[in-house]
Amino acid sequence: MERIPILRMGEYLLVTIQVDMHDRLAMTLQDDLTNRISETGAKGVLIDISSLEIVDSFIGRMLGNIASMSRVLDADTVVVGMRPAVAITLVELGMSLTGVRTALNVDAGMDLLRNSLDARKDALYGSRIQ
Amino acid sequence: MAVVSSEATAVATESDIVTVRRLVREASAKLGFSLVDQTKVVTAASELARNTLIHGKGGEMELITLNGPRVGLRLKFHDHGPGIRDIQLALRDGFTTGSGLGLGLGGAKRLVNEFEINSQPGEGTTVTVTRWK
Repeated sequence: MERIPILRMGEYLLVTIQVDMHDRLAMTLQDDLTNRISETGAKGVLIDISSLEIVDSFIGRMLGNIASMSRVLDADTVVVGMRPAVAITLVELGMSLTGVRTALNVDAGMDLLRNSLDARKDALYGSRIQ
Repeated sequence: MAVVSSEATAVATESDIVTVRRLVREASAKLGFSLVDQTKVVTAASELARNTLIHGKGGEMELITLNGPRVGLRLKFHDHGPGIRDIQLALRDGFTTGSGLGLGLGGAKRLVNEFEINSQPGEGTTVTVTRWK
């Protein structure tokens, strides 16, 4: 069965969607990611959609579901690399991806995940002494 | 209205939705649509193809290229499914009889210039959309 690879890098999981996904592939990714977060105890998920030529309501819903599920499993999600034409279309379609954090590119997305993880560690263990 | 070309393609499986997106992308690029307009019409086609598959139990899409007096792309999605009892309700954002978000029809309507829907309960549904260049 066709699957989208999920890479592990330290405390993070990375996904790059490089194919025009049919609906079942999107559902499989959602399930696979949820399982991997739970198996690995990952603290962050980065999803790169820079290759996606469109995001319709189905894919938009999948991104929202992944963000919600990972939050419940104690991980942050950030979606990066959305093309400008896709962003314009998505908003006109009526989806604003509420609850999904986004960043312009992979670097910015990783910064967001690291900062968020640092902030959470600080809150748990107190501020580190400089 | 000058119809330059017209071709029909089946919408019977999930991978047909991907095919529909590809065909509409190619046709709109060929007509010289801007990238944003291409993306809009492809996204609308994706939503409507999914409706044809899920609610209409499968059907077909007719892709019509118009050239003169205006250049545009017209897509006809046709199914022999159960039909839509209340079209106004079906067009409302958030209304769904399935498990989706209810953005398909209303969202697709916002992404095109012309939108027409004909449905007879028990006989099927035809949704025709046009995006002008």
